[in-house]
Amino acid sequence: MTDIASSSFVRHDLVNERPAPVKTTGFIGWVRTRLFNSPTNILLTILGALLLWFTIVPSVKFLMVDAVWSGQDRAACLTENAGFAVGACWPYIQAKLPQLIYGFYPEAERWRVNLALVLAAVLLLPLLVPRLPAKGLNAGLFFFAFPVVAFFLLHGGGIKGFGLSWTAGLLELFDDSITGAGNVVLNLSKTSAMAPLLWIIGNLIVLVGTAIHWLVFPLIWLRDQIQGSGQSVWADFAVTTAVVSLIAFVLGGGLRTGWRALAASIATFLAIAIVIKLMGLDHGGLPVVQTSLWGGLLVTLVVSVTGIVTSLPIGIALALGRRSTIPLIRIFSIAFIEFWRGVPLITVLFFATYMLPLFLPGNFTVDGLVRALIGIALFTGAYQAENVRGGLAAIPRGQGEAAAALGLSWWKTTSLIVLPQALRHVIPNLVNSFISLFKDTSLVSIVALFDLLGSLRASFSDPKWSTPSTAFTGFAFAGIIYFIFCFGMSRYSLFVERRLNAHRRN
Amino acid sequence: MSTEARKPPAQIALKIRRILGGKAGWNGVAVQFAFAAILGWIGYEIVSNARANLENQHIAAGFGFLRNNAGFDVNQTLISYTGSDTFLRVFVVGLLNTLVVSVVGIFFATVIGFIVALCRLSPNWLLSRVGEIYVEIIRNLPLLFQILFWYLAVLAALPNPRQSISVLGIAFISNRGLVIPRPIGESGFEPFLAMLALGIVVSLGLRFYARRALFERGQVIRIWPSVLALLFGLPLATMLVFGLPFTFELPQLKGFNFAGGSRIIPEFVALTVALSTYTAAFIAEIVRAGILSVHKGQMEAGSSLGLSRGATLRLIVVPQAMRVIVPPLTNQYLNLTKNSSLAVAIGYPDLVSVFAGTSLSQTGQAIEIIAMTMGVYLLISLVTSAVMSVYGWRVSRSLGA
Repeated sequence: MTDIASSSFVRHDLVNERPAPVKTTGFIGWVRTRLFNSPTNILLTILGALLLWFTIVPSVKFLMVDAVWSGQDRAACLTENAGFAVGACWPYIQAKLPQLIYGFYPEAERWRVNLALVLAAVLLLPLLVPRLPAKGLNAGLFFFAFPVVAFFLLHGGGIKGFGLSWTAGLLELFDDSITGAGNVVLNLSKTSAMAPLLWIIGNLIVLVGTAIHWLVFPLIWLRDQIQGSGQSVWADFAVTTAVVSLIAFVLGGGLRTGWRALAASIATFLAIAIVIKLMGLDHGGLPVVQTSLWGGLLVTLVVSVTGIVTSLPIGIALALGRRSTIPLIRIFSIAFIEFWRGVPLITVLFFATYMLPLFLPGNFTVDGLVRALIGIALFTGAYQAENVRGGLAAIPRGQGEAAAALGLSWWKTTSLIVLPQALRHVIPNLVNSFISLFKDTSLVSIVALFDLLGSLRASFSDPKWSTPSTAFTGFAFAGIIYFIFCFGMSRYSLFVERRLNAHRRN
Repeated sequence: MSTEARKPPAQIALKIRRILGGKAGWNGVAVQFAFAAILGWIGYEIVSNARANLENQHIAAGFGFLRNNAGFDVNQTLISYTGSDTFLRVFVVGLLNTLVVSVVGIFFATVIGFIVALCRLSPNWLLSRVGEIYVEIIRNLPLLFQILFWYLAVLAALPNPRQSISVLGIAFISNRGLVIPRPIGESGFEPFLAMLALGIVVSLGLRFYARRALFERGQVIRIWPSVLALLFGLPLATMLVFGLPFTFELPQLKGFNFAGGSRIIPEFVALTVALSTYTAAFIAEIVRAGILSVHKGQMEAGSSLGLSRGATLRLIVVPQAMRVIVPPLTNQYLNLTKNSSLAVAIGYPDLVSVFAGTSLSQTGQAIEIIAMTMGVYLLISLVTSAVMSVYGWRVSRSLGA
């Protein structure tokens, strides 16, 4: 007993209080763990703080503290007049703001630009909020109706005919081209060694041309009758409405199920008629503003929106072509995509500006802006094709096979089952492409179009505002605009991505 | 009576149909014919219109113009060039300028990109925020904007040569560009070069031998002292024997400009700075994604095997990250090369600027010149993608083995 008691140890006094553990929560703890937890980290924190100190402080000082806020010309922004080292020269931006936004668009007509921008915003915003309904109608309005309306709003001018006249004109052009080609081959056959063969081919082509001529003859006759009448636009419009609605009715299933298609078609044409009447397109429309007068943010937005709207269908067509099993179509799509992806955009713009006019008939001049738009659409289309292809590859084979088992044709499988899923998958990638497209629109200033950057550069050469800080002020302003647009789009793409991957989040 | 298996029906017709028309069969063949007809028609229209238009403008098609005298000067040439040289030489001069700005830009973009990526991955909160701000700002501004910013705002704001900013008294920055010392070859230059090359070759051979020894016999050979001696000791010894390989000619301010030294034109500086900082932001994201793609468990497994942190990074993490990083990184290098064509905006004499710009406006040979320019970039990107597919094939093979 005793030896146990003597060997046992019972503590009688309390152990001293240990110091509290190092705090790892709250602001202090956060600072300790994330900024000052080791000598290296302390050094890095000091380095980071120094970096921020030497970039943020001078920028804020330049943009706000040392800035000049009002004045009439450069005199206000000179150090000797202001009495301190002048930072940003904001009166210069105020004076140049109309030029930076509208370019040389006539002052009296600028309400049209504002209206087009408001329309775009009203149509685009509900499209971006996933919770709002009627995405199909909204998308249709934004991608098809809005570009046409915006064109007549911004460019002005009216129409002389409608669907029928345009179809007739196009077919006539096509027919002329075929007959011309046939005659060229016939001429060749007089001198060539393979004379009989060429003679046969030439006559065949001419025969096809003549046949087409007789086929389209009633159409052309009708067109001439309509153009001869007093109300050419409305007569043409009525005929087009009747024909298209009838076709929609028949294709929609005739008497059995075609009524819905008929109603939709008539409603669409009614809307078109209202637009034509509102804008007075049937008698000249708004005064024409040549695109050479457009400039600034307007051109930037026009080029990027047109690029977005036109590149997506091109991209989808090319992506489907690249996945097709038909050899020629696949080879063509691959070559087309790889070609445009392999060359820089600036050479594409040079191509569109200098080479494209050579490829078109001599009497056919294309506006400078439209040429750049064609180049950008082809270029961006190739990039979008690769994005869409990624989405198509992500759709399991079973989806297509299930659709085939239900008896759907290739077109229906693609447009109803595969494409909607594929496009939803790649929305973030598409938006990222749109960001780079938006940034790339600045390149049009190299081919003599005055977009935001081009207008900015032009405004630097104004002697009225040339001060040491003019260039920095201009770049700060344009940079903020570009940043807001691109950063907004990239945040939106992140938002969509997170929403799409909601099921994968843990 | 034995029943023999029936022969499968002849599939030759089916196979032909499949080859000619894909899954769509004869419909596919018909579609192809229609498509070919449309393509032929478009091609015919283009050729006939181009011929008529060229005739109207009195331009002779063909590449004969390449032998004509260019008659304009280029302000940065790597090979000798005067105004009386041919357009072909202009093409080569422009191409070399493009390649030079691309290579220099790629070097700096890689360095800056890796630094920014390390910043973003740093556990230090402030430093990772600094990296993030850099990436967000640079990525969301157009490249052309940045090039013009450096050229029109920053470089134009620099003082003139007389008040130029001196870097250690050997290089000078002014609004006329950057002046740096020029190396001049001396008598010891050739032996120095030869010894340097020998050192590099022998070091590579040593490394190869050491790896063979490690993999086949498990024998660890320490090679770094000998490599160090080969790479630095050998050239130094040569220098002692044969004298200095080259000396530097320092720039001197004379009158209103610098004499001596070599001048790097401001356009080159602006373009390189803009291209490398811009591409660096994308490279940083690629590197960061690559390193994050290696699972945390790999690092833990490495340390549980007793490897040091450095050895784990070098042997386990980096090789796996590289597999993710290299393909998009090459893509960024290619983008940088293509983006160098924006030089035309500030007048740096690259391929697009001197050939598709000046030469085109002088000769009017739009089709030939633009085709040649596009062809160069297309060739570069096709070669790169071919190399990358070989790399991808090797990686997938090494993964499979």
